[in-house]
Amino acid sequence: MRIIVCIKQVPDTTEVRIDPRTGTLIRTGVPSIINPEDRHALEAALTIKDQCGAEVIALSMGPPQAEDALLEALAMGVDRAILLTDRAFAGADTAATSYTLAQAIKQLGPYDLVLTGRQAIDGDTAQVGPQLAELLDIPQVTYVQKIELLSDGTCRLQRALERGYEIVETRLPALFTVIKELNTPRYPSIRGIMRALRQGVTVWTANDVPVDPNLIGLKGSPTQVQRTFVPEHKRNCVMLKGSLDEVTTALVEELKERRLLKALAT
Amino acid sequence: MHINPELCTGCKACLRRCPFEAIEIVDKKARIKETCTNCGACLDSCKFGAIEKEEDTGHTAPQFKPSPESYEGIWIFAEQHRGRLAEVVRELLGAAQDLATQRQTYVAAALLGHEVSLLADELFAYGADRVYLVEHHELASYRTEPYTFVLAKLVEEFKPEIFLLGATPLGRDLAPRLARRVGTGLTADCTELAIDPEEKILLQTRPAFGGNLMATITCPHHRPQMATVRPGVMRKKEPDYSRTGEVVRRSYEIPSKCLRTKVLEVIEEARTTVNLEEAEIIIAGGRGLGGPEGFKKLEEVAKLLGATVGASRAAVDAGWISRDHQVGQTGKTVKPKLYIACGISGAIQHLAGMQNSGCIVAINTDPEAPIFKVADYGIVGDVHEVLPILAQKLRSLQLAY
Repeated sequence: MRIIVCIKQVPDTTEVRIDPRTGTLIRTGVPSIINPEDRHALEAALTIKDQCGAEVIALSMGPPQAEDALLEALAMGVDRAILLTDRAFAGADTAATSYTLAQAIKQLGPYDLVLTGRQAIDGDTAQVGPQLAELLDIPQVTYVQKIELLSDGTCRLQRALERGYEIVETRLPALFTVIKELNTPRYPSIRGIMRALRQGVTVWTANDVPVDPNLIGLKGSPTQVQRTFVPEHKRNCVMLKGSLDEVTTALVEELKERRLLKALAT
Repeated sequence: MHINPELCTGCKACLRRCPFEAIEIVDKKARIKETCTNCGACLDSCKFGAIEKEEDTGHTAPQFKPSPESYEGIWIFAEQHRGRLAEVVRELLGAAQDLATQRQTYVAAALLGHEVSLLADELFAYGADRVYLVEHHELASYRTEPYTFVLAKLVEEFKPEIFLLGATPLGRDLAPRLARRVGTGLTADCTELAIDPEEKILLQTRPAFGGNLMATITCPHHRPQMATVRPGVMRKKEPDYSRTGEVVRRSYEIPSKCLRTKVLEVIEEARTTVNLEEAEIIIAGGRGLGGPEGFKKLEEVAKLLGATVGASRAAVDAGWISRDHQVGQTGKTVKPKLYIACGISGAIQHLAGMQNSGCIVAINTDPEAPIFKVADYGIVGDVHEVLPILAQKLRSLQLAY
């Protein structure tokens, strides 16, 4: 069994704040983390490794500092960690990202499973998983909350729906995108951290992967960011002042005036 | 992005503007790091004109035929479950009509399923001019691969200029695979769509960074221009059941290769009664409620108002109320007539989910809380004190009727 886990290093968006004066993002001091759902994908792979033996490879594309995320994956127990990093990869949208990852995976040889998180918290697109499955020409199952490997080379899964879930069976190799309901990720052990530092991360540049230069990075991205802006949602707030009695009375009057208390009127 | 070192003075003005921390100062000159996404946010921060945008060469992804002129029509995907259209389909048709008017073209819906032809009338009523209908027993319930196969065939034959899908769990499973197969780009979870008046291309605006930043994305050289659209954001039009249109039927042999995945069983879990998207009044609680008891007080007011209870992520993460009540970037996007935020400071992720509400009331102890910036009425006070008195007022009002 060979499992490839695709992970992304992301800024912890729950820590991102807006500077109220300038309206810009305050990014200093925002920690970089393994994308939370990717951590669940790592755990799923390591659980399979613990139960029936598997070689687990963590793969990431990103700037050189994304090495930290892969070192953490090694410390959790993956067997190999590969970082795709090159200026030529930069500025990739999900189409170019999935192409680059797919070419790297093809270079790694045969595999049984590709696992990744449903979506990354910095982009929230949930696109790279399905696009990667398309390029690898394997089935995809998204929103996976339970994985059960069957002896005949198939896999039975629970796939979360808006209300409830469905039970899906698919042939391997396949790609699954996972959600946090799947498991509780382990923490790296001290031994794991030592091993990770000793072993280190393999770095592949655009020269190490069979990629068409026209299909990677900014150049290979069909979509372009035309502009970014901080959302404006300003309204003129009427502050109701006075005692508790006065402010609540004022509020009820205003809402009545605006015909917003219809439940009371009927 | 590119820095012209001759013009750069190393003033650092661009550093603060970059949402990705992708600019650094090396030897007193700005330098663009690998994390740059070419978003252009820094462009007008430079007073010396030292920043240039690397223009797209137009030679992207050669597997695609670069002739946008031969593509026409605004298509939407008519997502249906057991013969009922998803609510987002009506919203997509509303948005598609506006785009079609600007592009002077037609609106079409792609309808896939088994014995679903009756839905065409509803699609016409909500604004479709044409329905592309593919019926097959293998399409009865959704599976990624057969649906991707059929839609790719339709796109190849009819060449739509724009193709919109709902950013529902189904749409977000299907759209990326379809976009990759037909060799075009895809923008996820858009909250705003418009046509660029000069370039005539689709401007797709979406939140990024958990709603901290909005990005407008284009797909200039590939067709169709594809996007998934967040449910609950676009306005549907009043249905007109006298409208009719053309039904274009196609049938395809679905290759067995597309049937590698089987759905064995669908387990419906107890339907929740929380329906935030359709609520006319929502009263929502956050960290300021202090615990589950706080929500009890809130529920009392909710009952009196006929309101649905919402919550911020902080309250849900603390376990005070279940996740199906969550409003915001990672929860539901809501648009009630009245939204009352109680003890919610207004993290940008929360604002992203409720800022389009008709009237917004904020109750919070901190007068500086960002929630007041988006509110129509504000009360600075402790929700534990305000809510019981508000309940009292509403109750006496009820007696008066």
